[in-house]
Amino acid sequence: MSRTWLLLLGAAATVGFAAIVLVGIPRIMLVRIEAPPQLAPYTDLEARGRAVYIANGCVYCHSQQIRDPAFTTDVELGWGSRATVPADYVYDRPHLLGTMRTGPDLINVGERLPSASWHLIHLYNPRALVSWSIMPSFRYLFEEREPGDVRPGDVVVSVQPPYAPPGKVVVATPDAQALVAYLLSLRRTYPVPAADTGAARGMSRMP
Amino acid sequence: MGRRHVSRQDATLPFRGDVEIRLRADASSRAPALVFFSTALVWLLFGSIEGTLASLKLHMPDLLTSAGWLTFGRVRTAHLNAVNYGWASLASIGVALWIIPRLVHTELRWPRVATAGAVVWNVGLVIGIALILAGRNDGLEWLEMDRYLADPFLVVGGGMAGVTLLATLLARQSGHLYVTVWYTIAAFLWFPVIFVIGNWPTWTGVESAAVNWFYAHNALGLWFTPMGVGAAYYFIPKVLGRPVYSYQLSILGFWTLAFFYALNGMHHLIGGPVPTWMITTSIVASVLMVIPVLAVAVNHHMTMVGRFGALRYSPTLRFVVLGAISYTAVSLQGSFTALREVNRVTHFTHWTVAHAHVGVYAFVTMVLFGSMYYIVPRLVRREWPSARLIQWHFWLVLAGIALYIIPLTLAGGFQGLAMLDPAVPFQRSIEVTRWALVSRSAAGVLLTTGHAIFAYHFWLMVRRRGPTREVPPFHEPVPVVYERPEGQA
Repeated sequence: MSRTWLLLLGAAATVGFAAIVLVGIPRIMLVRIEAPPQLAPYTDLEARGRAVYIANGCVYCHSQQIRDPAFTTDVELGWGSRATVPADYVYDRPHLLGTMRTGPDLINVGERLPSASWHLIHLYNPRALVSWSIMPSFRYLFEEREPGDVRPGDVVVSVQPPYAPPGKVVVATPDAQALVAYLLSLRRTYPVPAADTGAARGMSRMP
Repeated sequence: MGRRHVSRQDATLPFRGDVEIRLRADASSRAPALVFFSTALVWLLFGSIEGTLASLKLHMPDLLTSAGWLTFGRVRTAHLNAVNYGWASLASIGVALWIIPRLVHTELRWPRVATAGAVVWNVGLVIGIALILAGRNDGLEWLEMDRYLADPFLVVGGGMAGVTLLATLLARQSGHLYVTVWYTIAAFLWFPVIFVIGNWPTWTGVESAAVNWFYAHNALGLWFTPMGVGAAYYFIPKVLGRPVYSYQLSILGFWTLAFFYALNGMHHLIGGPVPTWMITTSIVASVLMVIPVLAVAVNHHMTMVGRFGALRYSPTLRFVVLGAISYTAVSLQGSFTALREVNRVTHFTHWTVAHAHVGVYAFVTMVLFGSMYYIVPRLVRREWPSARLIQWHFWLVLAGIALYIIPLTLAGGFQGLAMLDPAVPFQRSIEVTRWALVSRSAAGVLLTTGHAIFAYHFWLMVRRRGPTREVPPFHEPVPVVYERPEGQA
């Protein structure tokens, strides 16, 4: 090749074609998805928790998607009752579908593990509840206070020895409380939305 | 500026003034290329330390948990951004700034603009990575740096380097455009397009996932890959002193890569909640990638054939050929992994993490090391001071990446099989990977040590320290003692 314009135009054409196919056409199809009536938008507290989830990189070890039962065993593993569909994610910006399962999938964690106190202890030190866990301790989302410094309204986390700091009381920061509120909001247990859009129809079945 | 058209045959022959043209081209790109290379090495060291720390945390989860900037999720992300947008991108741009003037037989135009571009890009990186560590990121894999405060610096800084290359190309004194020019110039066009689409703030829900992986896969396919393949296309024939095997294969490889690779991204969402036709499109395109990959592999192999002995004398060739072989391997592995039956096992496992390191490390980084071994002596006009440091660098990073990739790929397979079996508790999928997570940390130490040696050698080079050599390393004349056989007079 000896023509610069041919190179530049050709290169622009290939990337442009891919952008039309994988970004442009889906844009036209997916904007018509309506929110399922059972799925509530995130509250301010849950939205703050979602920001904490993003800030600390939870997505690098936890997915938020159930794949089709015909294709994988995600449902049999107890991670959800059905495959997730585009309508389940209408309030997610950005998406947190994830690409790793170093830890379990979390799209239904609010259904599977509904106890806020369990989550607070687990975030403070996962090994206090799950001996084989390799999840990091998120100690920095908690305050370790003298027993006399606990004020009314503080969320005290009942960490047991040997995981409790000696002589101190563990108090959840607002960030930790928001994160737990977000985790508890994660549940996609309603049936697949009946008013499925054209884009969503047949999207997850194996061909 | 008038352009002198030289027929293709003339251009490949050494002609009068050829050496002077090369010297002028090298001198013109000296300052910007050295700024890109030296800052790239700083990011490589920082990224290596962050990567090793992230690796340690996966088998020592209570290590350094007192502050947010030390948590796995942020350290791992700082590693990814430092090595991709710091090391690999900056070093690739440095290689491009040197290679294009050489190939179009003229000086780099507006070199100060390119140098300023390096500064702008680095400012964006410092802001982006500091914010990631402080707990502010955009929440999209490969696009974590802040889309308003950090990413514009990368678009402008990369654009400044790209504009100098385009101006150089338009002022070219050669008629024919060599294959490396196609790949390099196309990469400079592709990167800003995909980066802006990926960072556009309006995507929601599964659309956000589709755009995320449209970008993230193309960051490899349309930015690092063309830069790396382009450099390999330059250095293998250059070091051997023989032309590339087939012009037709290089044309085929370039345009099929451009067309198929751009469509690959959705294979990161196989089984996920996006329309099946999108995923199927990407699986088909992933399998079709076999065409450009084999075209390049055959072309490089046939250029090398019969000359593998040269690997002993040229560190450039050794690193670049290793990188080129890895490109073939990682691409075929990628096509294989995109098949649904394979992907249902490997998706969500360390298999993918290992695969990414075959791509960005065993392919791209090896090619960049090899390129720098060739380019830096021509920028600072002296030979590398130490053959031993080159040997240490090569063997440490080779051992390190092998120790990284092989155990983690296997463990990823075991992890995937354990996760597919409902009779096996989740705990099992962690236990079967633990040994590989530990060996990966050991690999991180080896790689970081190799990088420190290379950075030290680079520092000796540009500061003009260490012994001065008359000939390149591995080319020293060795006295041969000839002993006359017994009994002869």
